[in-house]
Amino acid sequence: MKNKLIRYAAVAVGVATLAAGALAADLKVGLSVSLSGPNSSLGIPYAKGMRAALAYLPVIAGRKVQLIVLDDGSDPTTAGRNARKLIEEDKVDVLMGTSGVPSTMAMAQVAEEDKTPMIGLAPISPTANPWVVTVAQPTQLMVDAVVERMKRNGVKTVGYIGFSDAWGDLVYNALMKAAPAAGIKVVGNERYARSDQSVTGQALRIIALHPDAVMTGGAGTPGALPFLALADLGYKGGLYGQHGLINADFIRVAGASANGALMPTGPVIVAGQLPANYPTKQIALTFRKVYQQVNHAPTTDAFSAYSFDGWLVFADAAKRALAASHAQPGTPAFRTALRDAIVSTKEVVGTHGVYNFKPGDAYGVDRRARVIVKLENGKWKLAP
Amino acid sequence: MTWEVALILSADGLANGAVYLLAGLGLVLVFSVTRVVFVPFGDVIAFSALTLAAFEAGRTPPTIGLVLTLALLALAAELWRLARRREFARMPRALLLWGLLPALPCVFAWAVAGRTLPAVVTIVASIALVVPIAPLIARVALQPIADASVLVLLIASLALHFLLSGLGLLFFGPEGFRTEPLVGGALTLPGGFPVSAQTLLMIAAAIVLSGLFYLLFERTLHGKALRATAINRVGARLVGIRPARTAALAYGGASLLAGLIGVLVAPVTTMYYDSGFIIGLKAFVAAIIGGLSSYPLTAAGALAVGLVESFASFWSGALKDVIVFGMLIPVLLLRSLLVARVEDEEEEIDG
Repeated sequence: MKNKLIRYAAVAVGVATLAAGALAADLKVGLSVSLSGPNSSLGIPYAKGMRAALAYLPVIAGRKVQLIVLDDGSDPTTAGRNARKLIEEDKVDVLMGTSGVPSTMAMAQVAEEDKTPMIGLAPISPTANPWVVTVAQPTQLMVDAVVERMKRNGVKTVGYIGFSDAWGDLVYNALMKAAPAAGIKVVGNERYARSDQSVTGQALRIIALHPDAVMTGGAGTPGALPFLALADLGYKGGLYGQHGLINADFIRVAGASANGALMPTGPVIVAGQLPANYPTKQIALTFRKVYQQVNHAPTTDAFSAYSFDGWLVFADAAKRALAASHAQPGTPAFRTALRDAIVSTKEVVGTHGVYNFKPGDAYGVDRRARVIVKLENGKWKLAP
Repeated sequence: MTWEVALILSADGLANGAVYLLAGLGLVLVFSVTRVVFVPFGDVIAFSALTLAAFEAGRTPPTIGLVLTLALLALAAELWRLARRREFARMPRALLLWGLLPALPCVFAWAVAGRTLPAVVTIVASIALVVPIAPLIARVALQPIADASVLVLLIASLALHFLLSGLGLLFFGPEGFRTEPLVGGALTLPGGFPVSAQTLLMIAAAIVLSGLFYLLFERTLHGKALRATAINRVGARLVGIRPARTAALAYGGASLLAGLIGVLVAPVTTMYYDSGFIIGLKAFVAAIIGGLSSYPLTAAGALAVGLVESFASFWSGALKDVIVFGMLIPVLLLRSLLVARVEDEEEEIDG
């Protein structure tokens, strides 16, 4: 896989270099994602989504786009080093990446230091970094949707079990912020490590508190552990997850134990089930078609779609930046123009939502970027 | 904490402890005979579990290619050694032992893959397929440096772990797998909390296997040869026990244990390409409690690790591993006070 991507990147660079006999300089996109290591289940779809995006829009405002892909091995230090390499050696115009909040933050820091715009593909902690935006939904927006649904379903108390890392904290803090306003009490806060073999102890503690529902803060296949433990122990209350669990491998491992669980996600996951007038339906279906053509497999995850959206935001901003300034791609002046264009993005329709960025806010999506889905017999069903 | 909760945690802890027990026995077996802390043990566990998962998914497990490649390397090493010593008469035997023997489970696995067969057949195929892995990599990478210091052997075995775990990622991908439970159903404890039959099976397997282990060591000639090598390598050589052969036997035994552990844990935990390492590490804590030499102390240590882990996850999920590995400190203190220090003697052994 990794080799294939590297080869692909090399070919892309090679083809683009040949084509660069043309007068105008090419646009360069630097992507650093986790193609190996524990986050690779997210990183590989990110890279495949980006391949689809490149195939969908290979030329922006008459200029070819080069895509350079690096592997950060799920390590924040490597992610930061990759970012610097992409900026200083490859002279990219925009950075994109990566799987995992810590690695994304590491790249964001480099982007700010080297004054290069970055489009993050994962949620990032809110900081005043004028060079970075992200296409992911803020965790709060997603968790708010879950809490709204809990309230509608008459949940009064909820137990929480999540990762003992930044992701577990993010979800927990968002839950603590949203739940009291909805009159819901959070009664337990249990944590486990991604590499743990069993969460029976933590699940027992939650069950002993008799909550109406359990909310989990995990991601990917390790996120299936609480569902399996709760089912083994015969827990009968409501099950709620979050967007980190929207993943085909999660369904495979969790099996029947997560049946009926409700989770928030970007609408792209259930594109086919959306009402015809939903703003993102058309582009989401187009993305699926392109992805199938490029990768010869259907897309079932949310991550590849973030890459696609990152590309769409970049394409729109690059068009405006090229029109507004005379700076050539590859120069600091162009990077500044591109940054200014990105943070003034207006109503760009992507697969996950409709993007409106403004200076000072890294997030650019609104309520149109989330739907609640229910896991029914191994399939996500829109639960309006 | 109520009684039911304590019961469930104990059952969970004993099931984990059973796994650490078997893994600990394997580690002690290899260390006492060869002085190698066999870090790739955990990877063999993961390979066994993921091979079974591949069979269940109807795929041909890539483990076959690994075993065949290793067999070729080991065969080449063995033939080269014999050729240099001009012992051509022993070559057919080497061909049989290092070439044909490891190929048998590969053929079996290849025949089994992609068919719907009873679970027993795929389980046997998975275990049989991983059994050659440890002896083969040991023959290729560890036997040539068998007389190096313990530290060198440890680093070499660590390097092998990273190699195998990288191959695991390449073969099976980053995602976790679970296999079908070997036995269904559950036993309901008073109070309504169920204990799964799989947990009971794991505990039973540990008891039966450690019993077999004991018999093997006490009653068979091969077992006695292993014990003799563990007690005194030079002495064992003097009475005609070949260290290379006992080493291969020890690695084979450890590999078999790892294969069994793999199919036992795969239905109850999500196995990733690198999950085996954590199991091996916790079994290593148990083996340290047993001083890397005593089987009964290792078994007791393994059960203690399992129980502490289970109760720790109830009291503080986030600090679970800290508590388990923290157990090492008092154990090492106690051992250094109670047990006279044995110098690691540099033994003069060739071949």
